[in-house]
Amino acid sequence: MNARDDILRRVRSALDGVSPAVEVPTAPRVRPRDHADLVDLFDERVADYRAVVTRCSSDDLAATVAAALDGARAVVPPGLGLDVAGAVVDDPSTGGHSAAELDAIDAVVTRAAVGIAETGTIVLDHRPDQGRRAISLVPDLHVCIVDASQVVADVPDAIALLDPARPLTWISGPSATSDIELDRVEGVHGPRTLHVVLVG
Amino acid sequence: MRVALQVTCVNDAMFPDTGKAVVRLLRRLGVEVDFPRAQTCCAQPMVNTGYLDEAVPVVRNFVDAFAGYDAIVTPSGSCAGSVRHQHALVAERSGDPALADAVARTAPRTYEFTELIVDVLGVTDVGAYFPHRVTYHPTCHSLRMLGVGDRPRRLLEEVRGIQLVDLPQAEECCGFGGTFALKNADTSIAMGADKARHVRDTGAEVLVAGDNSCLMHIGGVLSRQRAGVRVMHLAEILASTDETEGESDGPVVGERAGDIS
Amino acid sequence: MSGTFVGMPAFPSAAREALGDTQLRRNLAHATRTIRDKRAQVVGEVEEWEELRLAGAGVKEAALRDLATHLETLEESLTRAGATVHWARDAEEACAIVARVAKSHDVDEVVKVKSMATLEIGLNDHLEREGIAAWETDLAELIVQLGDDLPSHILVPAIHRNRAEIREIFRRRMAAVGRPAPDDLSDDPAALAGAAREHMREKFLRAKVAVSGANFAVADTGTLVVVESEGNGRMCLTLPDVLVSVVGIEKVVATWSELDPLLRLLPRSSTGERMNPYTSTWSGVTPGDGPQEVHVVLLDNGRTRALADEVGRQALRCIRCSACLNVCPVYERVGGHAYGSVYPGPIGAILNPLLRGVEDEQTASLPYASSLCGACFEVCPVRIDIPSVLVEQRAAVVDSHRSDRVPKAEAVAMRAAAWTFSDSRRLRLAERASGLAGRVLGRFSRTTLPGGRAAAGRLPGPAAGWTGARDLPAPPEESFREWWDRTDGGRADGEEGRS
Repeated sequence: MNARDDILRRVRSALDGVSPAVEVPTAPRVRPRDHADLVDLFDERVADYRAVVTRCSSDDLAATVAAALDGARAVVPPGLGLDVAGAVVDDPSTGGHSAAELDAIDAVVTRAAVGIAETGTIVLDHRPDQGRRAISLVPDLHVCIVDASQVVADVPDAIALLDPARPLTWISGPSATSDIELDRVEGVHGPRTLHVVLVG
Repeated sequence: MRVALQVTCVNDAMFPDTGKAVVRLLRRLGVEVDFPRAQTCCAQPMVNTGYLDEAVPVVRNFVDAFAGYDAIVTPSGSCAGSVRHQHALVAERSGDPALADAVARTAPRTYEFTELIVDVLGVTDVGAYFPHRVTYHPTCHSLRMLGVGDRPRRLLEEVRGIQLVDLPQAEECCGFGGTFALKNADTSIAMGADKARHVRDTGAEVLVAGDNSCLMHIGGVLSRQRAGVRVMHLAEILASTDETEGESDGPVVGERAGDIS
Repeated sequence: MSGTFVGMPAFPSAAREALGDTQLRRNLAHATRTIRDKRAQVVGEVEEWEELRLAGAGVKEAALRDLATHLETLEESLTRAGATVHWARDAEEACAIVARVAKSHDVDEVVKVKSMATLEIGLNDHLEREGIAAWETDLAELIVQLGDDLPSHILVPAIHRNRAEIREIFRRRMAAVGRPAPDDLSDDPAALAGAAREHMREKFLRAKVAVSGANFAVADTGTLVVVESEGNGRMCLTLPDVLVSVVGIEKVVATWSELDPLLRLLPRSSTGERMNPYTSTWSGVTPGDGPQEVHVVLLDNGRTRALADEVGRQALRCIRCSACLNVCPVYERVGGHAYGSVYPGPIGAILNPLLRGVEDEQTASLPYASSLCGACFEVCPVRIDIPSVLVEQRAAVVDSHRSDRVPKAEAVAMRAAAWTFSDSRRLRLAERASGLAGRVLGRFSRTTLPGGRAAAGRLPGPAAGWTGARDLPAPPEESFREWWDRTDGGRADGEEGRS
């Protein structure tokens, strides 16, 4: 018998006589809030991870992003929809930048798919306004533009909006570790600085 | 209401004063308990060491001894937990539906004694007097298996003269754990030593708890350290009054156990 | 390159040695205290935490009870999404599959995301024998690997090391396997993390093949999920051309939306954060983004054995958060190595015997490595009743010895106790004997407990385990039942029950 059939046979025999029907209780939801409160909570919770949060209007977006970059050379996805001075575009149709090339670039500017208020999380689904996974990983500064309308209350709201067929990256603050004496230290392999620009 | 005292094997053989205190305390609160002579042990030592077959006749003896009572009261969170949460497991192992039925009758009627006093009798001031500095250790099984919650504390707070001080890291296990204390004696002692340190840090004269087995362990460590802290079962403090103060229960007496009663 | 748990002594002796390691005791006390407090704080923020636990337990339990169906669905979804699915009955088959994939790309190294399943199957040693270096990229795993050490915690494998020890390991060992640690490396955690970043980066940039595990596998969408903090996971899951994920069959959840309670429960229980820094999900191959060749190895290795155990089955709900380790008073004092497995602590004390059986002495000692205090059950995000499974596994150990020709001393003692406790007349006789012993002790003992009661100091034989460090009260001359009979429950002596 091949391994597949053998394992499935073992599973079935282990569960012989066990009813597959189990009542799964519904997961509780956080209390509803005004959307404006949610956006404030998102701001506060992202900042709790020692990420930088700047709020601005859509008119000020270009200037706010430029200030966040502070002269750093950036890579941007093809569909960012914003002019970033001096930025190089990562074009997947031509294979995009190699990992080594990205390592020589200081920063990346992307948009996001969803923001989660309760946990201070941004989720990228790597559409053209966010780009390939590699570009938001290798550079050391990640400037992420989140529109206030993208902020949802909690994890289940985000899961309902996201398409699992796409690769997803959930980001809560800068790269961090607690591996040394359970002391949290920001900045290991991922971007050491996360700058969230919250629009609207 | 017919109430039976399940004194527990440890109290019967090693700490009879605790059993006497429960009798005296409940009598003061208007409850006469019976002591079913056929009782022995709840079978927890066998169950928790993995000897389920051996536990079957012991559980059978338990349900026979306590059949027909409205309530079974015991001065041990651990033994009450064993009856309520493990007897069914033993009955299932026996394959005897009659035993399972009998367990289904005795198990839900079994109360740790502070549950009986607070929930059934509705009393928190039991009229006790105990003018000493005391710290309370919530034993694991009363805390987590039974969920006695703050009942012991509420009872202690009403005791006149008592100076109740918080025990640091009170909810951490003392390291007794039944046969764990022997099978993993080194780890058990390491845990007991930390518990004893926290007890000493309170400056208490008496460590109180609702389980004499845990107290035998912590008290054994404290005694070996000549720490100058004695251990007492909660029932003995609650049974203390103006009259008894300075007598057998008083920490000042230097008589030996055999001479007390 | 790494140590081995093979040949570890049984828990009590391993624990005795660990208890004497002062630095270990100090490091663990500090670390477990820190993480417990953090967890308590973020769990306290969630009003309906208990309901969330019930939902999490429900999702995992439902998946397990219909596991064959979900595994077939998962295989189908993964294949449709462009992944190649492999099945491995045991460690050897799983290791061989990973090695075969790596060799088909002519590589002599792979980068690894921290994964309990690959530790469990001993993948690194297997690959090394095949001439392939497996680089651990998680900071704690790197510390363990560079130090020729063994992991001692599920979440923080190097929890037994402090910053000064880590600095020494980096200074001495990094140079031999890549970019050396800077000469002026301090023991500041930020500096140590920085050194790891520099050391690993060249490996990430050149790696062709990565190996990962998965925290969850979603059957209906073919999605794998990796929950991490440092970004080493993202590096491995994104930059190489080829990705092989070794996934225990119990990692399956039925649907995408069922990830919800689990993604809320895991970070708060594990690192004590509202959310971990990075969670990556992927479903097979995404053209133009990330690895273009994706393999998934579905691993049994004892899981179906555990699944067949009616009480023990719930241990397969485990999401490897480590909360039970962090609150366990036994783990806090002896550390992870004493458990002799990559799965230490309370969950290890049930998972190892469930996966492997209780035939060998070391595994059989694990269910007894607990005082049954219940702190583990209280914090478990998927409500595994660890104390009940511990008791059940103890029974499995006892039952495996029932046909021994010469019974163990413990079995003899337990049978004698059961015989005594089966009839109160026997107990009465035993208490008379102990009363006599008490009288003798009372007369001759020179030890007195605080409060005045006579005690036994040091006793020989089996009692030495108790009296080695604890005094033992002398038995009273009169048992409770004798007192009751003599005084009619305290009524006859006219003292209203007073003794």
